[in-house]
Amino acid sequence: MIENRITKKNTQLLRDKKKAFVAYLSAGFPDFDSTYELVDMLIHNKVDFIELGMPFSDPVADGPIIQQSSAKALQKGMNMIKYLKLIKMIRMKFDVPLIMMSYYNPIFKYGIEKFARNAAIAGLDGVIVPDLPPEESAALNKALSRKSISQIFLISPLTSPERIKKISKISSGFIYYVSLAGVTGTRNTLGKNLSKQVGRIKKATKTPVFVGFGVSKPEHVKKVNKVADGVIVGSAIIKIINKSINKQQLKIEISRFMRLMQNN
Amino acid sequence: MTVIPDKNGYFGNFGGRYVPETLMSALKSLEAVYSESQKSARFNKTLNYYLKEFAGRVTPLYFASRLSKYLGIKVYLKREDLLHTGAHKINNTLAQALLCLRMKKKRVIAETGAGQHGVATAVVAAQFGLDCEIFMGEEDIARQSLNVFRMRLLGAKVTGVSSGSKTLKDATNEAMRDWVCTVKNTHYIIGSVVGPHPYPLMVRNFQSVIGQEARKQILRTENRLPDYLVACVGGGSNAIGLFHPFYNDKKVKFIGVEAAGYGINTHKHAATLIKGSPGVLHGSKSYLLQTNDGQIEIAHSISAGLDYPGIGPEHSFYKKTKRAKYVSVKDGEAVDGLKLLSVTEGIIPALETAHAIAYLKKAAKKMKKNSLVVLCLSGRGDKDMTIISELLKK
Repeated sequence: MIENRITKKNTQLLRDKKKAFVAYLSAGFPDFDSTYELVDMLIHNKVDFIELGMPFSDPVADGPIIQQSSAKALQKGMNMIKYLKLIKMIRMKFDVPLIMMSYYNPIFKYGIEKFARNAAIAGLDGVIVPDLPPEESAALNKALSRKSISQIFLISPLTSPERIKKISKISSGFIYYVSLAGVTGTRNTLGKNLSKQVGRIKKATKTPVFVGFGVSKPEHVKKVNKVADGVIVGSAIIKIINKSINKQQLKIEISRFMRLMQNN
Repeated sequence: MTVIPDKNGYFGNFGGRYVPETLMSALKSLEAVYSESQKSARFNKTLNYYLKEFAGRVTPLYFASRLSKYLGIKVYLKREDLLHTGAHKINNTLAQALLCLRMKKKRVIAETGAGQHGVATAVVAAQFGLDCEIFMGEEDIARQSLNVFRMRLLGAKVTGVSSGSKTLKDATNEAMRDWVCTVKNTHYIIGSVVGPHPYPLMVRNFQSVIGQEARKQILRTENRLPDYLVACVGGGSNAIGLFHPFYNDKKVKFIGVEAAGYGINTHKHAATLIKGSPGVLHGSKSYLLQTNDGQIEIAHSISAGLDYPGIGPEHSFYKKTKRAKYVSVKDGEAVDGLKLLSVTEGIIPALETAHAIAYLKKAAKKMKKNSLVVLCLSGRGDKDMTIISELLKK
């Protein structure tokens, strides 16, 4: 069993009978320094985990909002070296669990062993790779485990009961339940069978289940937290960043949003 | 022995299934339906019926006498351009539409570059009464407007994609995103030997009819196997279709012709196998045009059908094991190739296919006199007339 900041945080949340709030940011969007400031803002607003997107040119699991923030981050020169530097900078000041979300190619090209080594040195705690199903994960999973970094796997509404069992066994830190068969983005309503499917996963494992994709409103959080252990919110936060005209306003809007979403 | 990927869809180190979890169940059921269909006499009989009566198979293997004389070698053309819709793409779309019916799905989607695969998909959708949506980059919509019109006339919805390079790569991203959302009732007809397993295997087998026929035909007319097989390579479906049935004929040399765009030492080309490195894109591990940071580079070719930074995993395997040789041809050379075939044989090829002709024009001198060549004439050139006329005006 891997122990790291993610599992520690989970234990603490369980003890306090609290649900987790995971906030997603695209690293390097709107630029390198702003990402650091945004992390700071989110921590001040009681975020439990930060998921930092390492952008990829062809993000097939992402909807338009994160596609655009990723493209902008790449234009500004974000790459794996800068990404790990950013992780290191955050880690020097904060203890918040940090999780990378990226696609397989940037990791594969950088080198799997080298990635695990340098990510551990920088202070990364978990990795989510949406285009890497368990069948293709052996090499990365082994390298990450050796460095006590969690690999978090996704389960979707279309995942069969047998696969749920298999994925529950290998996912470490938490399980990322995708609320609907689709790509990331804000939605008006979440998938219909949410409770049933989360219930199925909870039966198969003690690993916490967090729900993401589409989660963008306080009523979504309420609904999810009845059955799951936490929420992951991404596109809704990127939307706020897009809309804010200056840092002052951004700070106010992020606080307001975080209060609304966590007021359960 | 034939080239069969392992159970995870790997040809050597290339292939696999790198897709979001939501698609895994669809890929596994597609794999099951496909392998069951291969054993079904009824499926094969139905497919053969449509290939013959609807698409126009068997296609001729035509001896290009004037071109041969000009080049000093013997060139046979496998006339896939004579098929309904004007390219080899329909071999695959007919078969996949039949699979779609077997799976009882009501909607098909596809990506398209030159629009040939889009048209071939729209045609089978109309023929079998399926809903159809085609994803196409905005740049390709502009340069292949005739095919866009054809697709719409056939009742398909054509959705423009304005992200990234606005070409085939981005159209494929968008098709995959649509599929993640609609997979329950939608079948994704991938148009080339790319994508996650079982697509590279399945599309190769559906296109192998090209090589199977050509092998019989050349043995009948020449009483021997060819020295060379030549085909253009974008994703690689017409090339694999021709090459694969000759895999065990070790004396038959395979030559795949990639698009060199402005030149392979510029950053404006689509020579994936020559200049690329291994990586993961659109569901499989293969050679890619990418930066040192693992970001996908934007490809360039005058021909929309070759304008793609990836390549089928089986081609990567052929390259690695040296079973095939991959070469490249620039934009301007391809246009000259198109003109050459037009005036020597009275056949206007697609710009994609023109790359293969252009290669022969360069390489014939180095080949032994009377070398026997089979070239896959993968498509006809009507769709490219606007581009060519603009070019020749300049």
